[in-house]
Amino acid sequence: MEIYAPELPALIALAGGLNWTVGFLTTVAILAILALGLNIQWGYAGTINFGVVAFFMVGAYTSAVLTLDPPREFESYVGGFELPVPVGWLGAMLAGALLALAVGLPTLRLRDDFLAIATIGIATILRSIANTQEGLVNRARGLNGIPRPLQDQAADAGLDYDWVLLALAVLALLAVYVVVHRATASPWGRVLRSIRENEETARSVGKWTARYRVQSFVLGGVVMALAGAIWAHRSGTVAPDAFDNFFTFLVWTMLIVGGSGNNRGAVLGALAVGLVWFGIPLIQEDLPDALGTRVFQLRQMLIGLVIVTFLLLRPQGLLPEEKTVSRHLRPGAGRRTPWRLPARGRPGG
Amino acid sequence: MTEILHLAVIGVIVGSIIGLGAMGLTLTYGILRFANFAHADLMTLGMYLAFFVVGDLGLRGATIGPLSFGWGMIPAALVAIAGVALFAVASDRVVFRPLRERGSGFLTLAVASLGVGIMLRAAIQMIWGPAQRRYTTGIHEAWTIVGDIKIKPDQLLIVALTAASALLLYVLLHRTRLGTAMRATSDNPQLAEASGIDTERIRQATWVLAGGLIAVAGIMFALQSQLRFNAGFEFMLLPMFAAVIVGGIGNPWGALAGGLLVGVSQEVSTEWIDTGFKPAVPFVILIATLIVRPRGLFGSTI
Repeated sequence: MEIYAPELPALIALAGGLNWTVGFLTTVAILAILALGLNIQWGYAGTINFGVVAFFMVGAYTSAVLTLDPPREFESYVGGFELPVPVGWLGAMLAGALLALAVGLPTLRLRDDFLAIATIGIATILRSIANTQEGLVNRARGLNGIPRPLQDQAADAGLDYDWVLLALAVLALLAVYVVVHRATASPWGRVLRSIRENEETARSVGKWTARYRVQSFVLGGVVMALAGAIWAHRSGTVAPDAFDNFFTFLVWTMLIVGGSGNNRGAVLGALAVGLVWFGIPLIQEDLPDALGTRVFQLRQMLIGLVIVTFLLLRPQGLLPEEKTVSRHLRPGAGRRTPWRLPARGRPGG
Repeated sequence: MTEILHLAVIGVIVGSIIGLGAMGLTLTYGILRFANFAHADLMTLGMYLAFFVVGDLGLRGATIGPLSFGWGMIPAALVAIAGVALFAVASDRVVFRPLRERGSGFLTLAVASLGVGIMLRAAIQMIWGPAQRRYTTGIHEAWTIVGDIKIKPDQLLIVALTAASALLLYVLLHRTRLGTAMRATSDNPQLAEASGIDTERIRQATWVLAGGLIAVAGIMFALQSQLRFNAGFEFMLLPMFAAVIVGGIGNPWGALAGGLLVGVSQEVSTEWIDTGFKPAVPFVILIATLIVRPRGLFGSTI
């Protein structure tokens, strides 16, 4: 990572300049929303979701079928209700909540790693259903012509539409950030962290932990589905192949690099990992041949390496979680005390 | 009816492969106490290491009787078993053991195993490319067993090898000191350590065993289907976890039975549903087990 960092800005400028940067930042904003959703689940509640892409996909497809025109010849999909885009986004969030309930209710009361297995499974299955089921979402051909929000207004005002999309994505990111930040800095967020650290203790002080875990899983799912909806309307087309499991791992890398349990870290991680992920193909020609021809495998390998390296050497991420007892106290007020006191180091403990 | 019977026979073959892989997965799950998401990629590594010997090095040898491959497959399998076992032990040394010693939770280890799996998958694709491969080409005659039901000699070998591996594992776990120590560590690691068992050595032995089993399962998968860089991850991860959970975590016989159950249901289901929905079958079995009997049919050690 460090090797390419100083050269990247210059290379980006060469390889498409401003247009590339605008598109890149739009993508990063959407990925940052996903990372924030995962941060609620993993960073705060300690719930493991290996099916991020399932929520993203359900959001994208739901918003698409709600807002699309009815199917034309040679197309077959449910819906096509021609609803306004914001309704599509709301529908996507509802679908994300329902999926989270469907996966979370049977598994969240059990061992935590069962959820990891179940979510990676649901992502695989939803993709094969989208590919197989006739008349659902147009199978492998995908959905095309998804309405693009404010396109006509942007044309009337003489604005470059890419900038409008960037503004929309950044606004959505800000809105999600505020919601997630307020939720996680509240007493509710404190219960989540106590569950993550020790569920038995949380239960012993009277917290109905299963309920909090389901709530946080649903909130995370809603946020991820919204990201999917924005993605669908931004690209105008969705197809099952876009929703590979690898997408999930990319979002995980972003959160681990940025810092689990820190919302600013989630956004920073999306930017940092996004820069490496989308930047590597730009420098493809400058790499030695042996690497240049394998650049896509190379960056996948790098993602795996980054996950393992950070977990081993910097588990707290670039921006560590801050000790916050209450939002009425200055964040980091207790920084001199270690976040987790060793049990035997406590006086009388 | 014949059609269903035929699918059931295929199911037993596929189930043997799932079961053999799941036996290793359940051992690491029970003794290392985390869900190893790189296990399916170890399987892919096994199939490609064997391909390295019979394909890249061209050490094919004379064809063994009615089987589709030559004598070269025997050294190839040994290379695969040793290579995968070595990789598994090395990944423990570099990644999992430092995390364990720091006291990281089993969820962090699961996330780390995902990272190991991604690296391995990308490395395999870098070395052998994205194309599908086979150990041998050509058509191989199938034997008719009863009525219209045909089975290839390779497939009979798969079932026989799984049975033999299960038997060997049984002898190892129940008739040797190492096996007893492994079972003790799986049941209660603290107690095992307190009674003088070198649990770190047991963990290493577990990786070797799981690596060897999954390498054999990988070669079987490639014989039954074909080699692809993501074959393990795409087609075997979910069925193997389903088999482990159905059988009860840490219970190798449960995992074998679970594998057969998953394999047979998966194949027989295609009589009524589109093959595109096949991946949903192990998932449904998994979720049903979690709802009705989360400790598995035969009980779990953790």
